[in-house]
Amino acid sequence: MSKSKIFASFADAVRDIPDGSVIGFGGFAVVGMPINLYGALAEQGARGLTCVSNGTRGGATLPSDGPDMGPLITNGQVKKVICSFTAPTRASQKLVFSEYYEKGLIDAELVPQGTLAERMRAAGAGIPAFYTPAAVGTELAEGRETRRFQGREYLLEYALPLDYAFIRAYQADDAGNLRFRRSQRNFNPLMAMAARITIVEVEEPILPRGAIDPDDVHLPGIYVHRLIKIPPAPEGWWPQRPAEVARQEAARSPR
Amino acid sequence: MSDAKGLTRQQMCDRLAMEFEDGWIVNLGIGIPTLCSNFDFGDKEIIFHAENGVIGYGPLTGPGKEDLHLVNAGGQHVTLRPGAAIVHHADSFGLIRSGRIDVTVLGAYEVAANGDFANWKMAGQKGGGIGGAMDLAACARHVFIAMEQTTRNGSPRLVERCAIPVTARGVVNLVITNCGLFEITREGMALKEIAPGVTVDEIKATTGCALRVPREIPPVRLRA
Repeated sequence: MSKSKIFASFADAVRDIPDGSVIGFGGFAVVGMPINLYGALAEQGARGLTCVSNGTRGGATLPSDGPDMGPLITNGQVKKVICSFTAPTRASQKLVFSEYYEKGLIDAELVPQGTLAERMRAAGAGIPAFYTPAAVGTELAEGRETRRFQGREYLLEYALPLDYAFIRAYQADDAGNLRFRRSQRNFNPLMAMAARITIVEVEEPILPRGAIDPDDVHLPGIYVHRLIKIPPAPEGWWPQRPAEVARQEAARSPR
Repeated sequence: MSDAKGLTRQQMCDRLAMEFEDGWIVNLGIGIPTLCSNFDFGDKEIIFHAENGVIGYGPLTGPGKEDLHLVNAGGQHVTLRPGAAIVHHADSFGLIRSGRIDVTVLGAYEVAANGDFANWKMAGQKGGGIGGAMDLAACARHVFIAMEQTTRNGSPRLVERCAIPVTARGVVNLVITNCGLFEITREGMALKEIAPGVTVDEIKATTGCALRVPREIPPVRLRA
């Protein structure tokens, strides 16, 4: 039997991540976001990272001191972010990343969300590039290759391969087969398929192989290399209900 | 313009929602457009799609009842309607790009008379927030915009040509503001319906492009 994919701790699972890695972080809002792996990487300290993620902040279901990309940025670990939002979606929000980006301390590549997903799908599917109608005629297309098909203009986009994918799943078996729950799937399987090494934080106890019917597997274990069961709070990070987060923030803030 | 006249944001979205046809797949952007899902569609079956792969979501959940695994495009916790399905992001945008979205309703900073619109980057801003707007705007069968008539300092949002970077070109069909309903036609911007208490002169004064106004201008329909 081959080496076990199950790791005892988040620290063990990220110990060998080298400086300069390209890492995809799954999740949309906080759903499916690898909160615990973010925390472990901030402690591990790898630098010069290129981070790929839809956005850099989990939103209202993660306390403001909860680990997202923010600590990696304030630690000086991040060189570049590839994402669909460099600015917050609401004027009232503050993003650590936006501040660093606007001051020129971090590079960013802003990509339409569907293009971001498809670039990783392409990397995981052996497709080097593709044409998309998104962003045609905009500032993003300036100076770039376009081509007409059947009378319509399309923009050339390149595959986005990753060194590592950090993702979160609902269930896993010890072969690494994964299931996601509700909107948790989002970018997670795409990042895993685009990556050389996929590290997964798993919500439910890890199942013996065979416990997930092959027809019900959302992401086959051949794309998955490391599994860590998330411990209960407070040792492990879990999303919380917005009202609970607001209560905790209010209790912490000085009066 | 005083609060006593014009449309509320819910009334704006109700008016756009009246245009949705039975069986349409509808994608609502973040902000004002999310209110379209509060409209009573009666016998019409409307399928709401969220860019994060949720097909067939329902109303927002009440406090304390949130399913922490389930959000819409704005990160709000929603419910699922019977018959819902969930896909990953590449499939979600695959169905957007392949033209399966009948209408997307988006917010905007500016809409131009030629159907261009801008909603991802303000003047002078470095970077911005695109999200799924460029994919949706380029590929949905109809693009509706819900926005205020003017900026906070009173500048028109309906303009001849967008001054800030556009999201997509020549795609907008219909615009609702607090002052009225506007259609983008081959001949440019046309006023279709006017909000209660608002005059045509007020609309002309707050519109930054040529506006075709019919002799008889009906009020904005508030109920189907």
